[in-house]
Amino acid sequence: MSPFKQSIRNWGNFPVTESLVYQGKERPSSGPYIARGMGRCYGDSASQGQIWSSRANRCMLDFDSNTGVLTAEAGLSLDEILQTFVPRGWFLPVTPGTKFVSLGGAFASDIHGKNHHGNGCFSDHVHWIELENAKGEVLRCSRKEHRELFELSAGGMGLTGLILRLALKLQPIETAYIKQRSIRCRNLQETIEKIQANQDWTHSVAWIDCLAPGKAMGRSILLLGEHAKTQELPQKWQNKALSPHSTKQKNFPFFLPGFALNSFSVKAFNFLYYHKHPSGQKEQFVHYDPFFYPLDAIGHWNRIYGKRGFTQYQFVLPPDQVEGLIKIIETIRAHGMGSFLTVLKLFGPQKENYLRFPKEGFTLAMDFPLSPKLEGFLSQLDALVLKHGGRVYLTKDLRMPPEMLFASYPQADLFRQKIKERDPKATFQSLQSQRLDLHL
Amino acid sequence: MKHCLILGAHSDVALAIAHQLAKEGHSLWLAARRFQDLEPIQKDLEIRYQVPVKCFAFDAEKPESHQAFVDALPECPEEVYLVFGYLGPHPGSLEHPTDARRIVQVNYAGAVSVLNALASAMQKRGKGSIAGISSVAGERGRMSNFLYGSAKAGLSAYLDGLRNYGYHHGFHVCTVKPGFIRTAMTAGMDLPKPLTASPEQVAKATISGLRKKKGRVYVLPVWRWIMCLIRNIPDGMFRKKQL
Repeated sequence: MSPFKQSIRNWGNFPVTESLVYQGKERPSSGPYIARGMGRCYGDSASQGQIWSSRANRCMLDFDSNTGVLTAEAGLSLDEILQTFVPRGWFLPVTPGTKFVSLGGAFASDIHGKNHHGNGCFSDHVHWIELENAKGEVLRCSRKEHRELFELSAGGMGLTGLILRLALKLQPIETAYIKQRSIRCRNLQETIEKIQANQDWTHSVAWIDCLAPGKAMGRSILLLGEHAKTQELPQKWQNKALSPHSTKQKNFPFFLPGFALNSFSVKAFNFLYYHKHPSGQKEQFVHYDPFFYPLDAIGHWNRIYGKRGFTQYQFVLPPDQVEGLIKIIETIRAHGMGSFLTVLKLFGPQKENYLRFPKEGFTLAMDFPLSPKLEGFLSQLDALVLKHGGRVYLTKDLRMPPEMLFASYPQADLFRQKIKERDPKATFQSLQSQRLDLHL
Repeated sequence: MKHCLILGAHSDVALAIAHQLAKEGHSLWLAARRFQDLEPIQKDLEIRYQVPVKCFAFDAEKPESHQAFVDALPECPEEVYLVFGYLGPHPGSLEHPTDARRIVQVNYAGAVSVLNALASAMQKRGKGSIAGISSVAGERGRMSNFLYGSAKAGLSAYLDGLRNYGYHHGFHVCTVKPGFIRTAMTAGMDLPKPLTASPEQVAKATISGLRKKKGRVYVLPVWRWIMCLIRNIPDGMFRKKQL
């Protein structure tokens, strides 16, 4: 298999690069290059003139049905893991809002899910990784061997090398269904109270209406979930209690023109979404697919943001900075910049680890279509996030300036020095790491 | 559960066939030259579908080893999928004699030699099915790939004849002509979308063609008409074109 030219864009549809793609055992003769899986980062984390795609290597290599430890090549997707293991009573310990990510990407972004407050990040469930460094050596890294390299790579955005294989501990489930409780909250204060009061639920996330004015500011639907037990499952699902998700998907057929998405249509959508839910709370059983991956049902949903592309701005603020959260939401509303799906979650405690994003506090994620005036708005948000002790998630980022990174990630400079020591020529670089000045 | 033998198990089409057969619960015998490299694929299929998978060393370019290869199989397979092929970088060139020989040896001589051995085993058992992946390139030679095309033409003619022979001796032979395929080999190439099949589509058409005892299968029906047209262009015109 020789390398081939391909135009590469990640989930945000910007930037588009003409890249030389290498697969399998092929490697570029020299850097810079970066590993890429399913391209589900939003910005330029997996973009570079030369790419090594992990997707040709997606074999499952071992599964221990007693412990649930799955060993697999890094190109394997979470989607394939669910298809295979849900029928046998196993689930992912941590999953993001899409199942179309690779194991390698999940580790390099150290993804989090709706259960972060109880289960931590993805890397917390990874026993070891096999990493190919710049010299071409393959090192098994874990909390016991090459510990520093393991930690640098967890959330290390692929800058330490190519993740080839890893061992992930799956989690036992009785059914493929989720017992879901949804609570309508009238404003931000109620939302936060309800989130905090319900931290004993395994899964918790709130959808927020950022454009609601005045007293209704921050109104939301809080979704709580628990893996359903066999005996509590409704009769109609008893005989297919462990059925995996359907592989059928409807594709969004074309790029929507830029004007279709405006503050009016977003307001209308948010209004309907909020009022569709009865006031108070509701309990029901839902399949894991709509619970964890509602947007996966529509392939290429990113096209609704038009050809110019979009970005997701996700930040976290410490738990005592609710005031900062209010200021940020007010700023968004003042600019009429609400997004369809603004998601709020409370992260549990998390040890600081180089470039890893999660830390204890509130995280808010919003999608914005790219436009000339967006940067001015986002740098205002940057300033607020920084002022209140927060930071922005690299996997979603497209435009953060390096000053913001080094001011908000206390170990970013240490990370930069350590990867320089290990790989003086900086073989592994993404457009993002170049932009963020991560190579000395 | 049937025993299904896949010859040339490394390609994307072979993998897609393996996945579909394993999903149906059949036991797989994978044969390829670099058979040590098959280990992750074997593990993967075993874990995903919980079926037995065995690997065998097989070299299409060593016809003298083919009878021994067939004899070493645990028994005569119920279904055989011949997937290997060699296009190479110079499928239409006079300047690369080694490559030209290889194209003929793999696509035609190698295929005939191993299928003869397998067909003879099926004849003894009085049952079995063979699917051979040939190519639309075999329907008319053209300057850009006539070495490959002629070898595949030979293979297609062989499969036609073997089908006729098998009809009277208890086994079935199906010829599959895929057209363009989106694979690791063609990644990045600008292939016309309506004429290009995915490996999964090829696998589905191959398996169902074999089960339904079809003779010749075009994976995408449009290729039947395209090739009909191409076959009927008068030679006086055809030879002047840069095809």
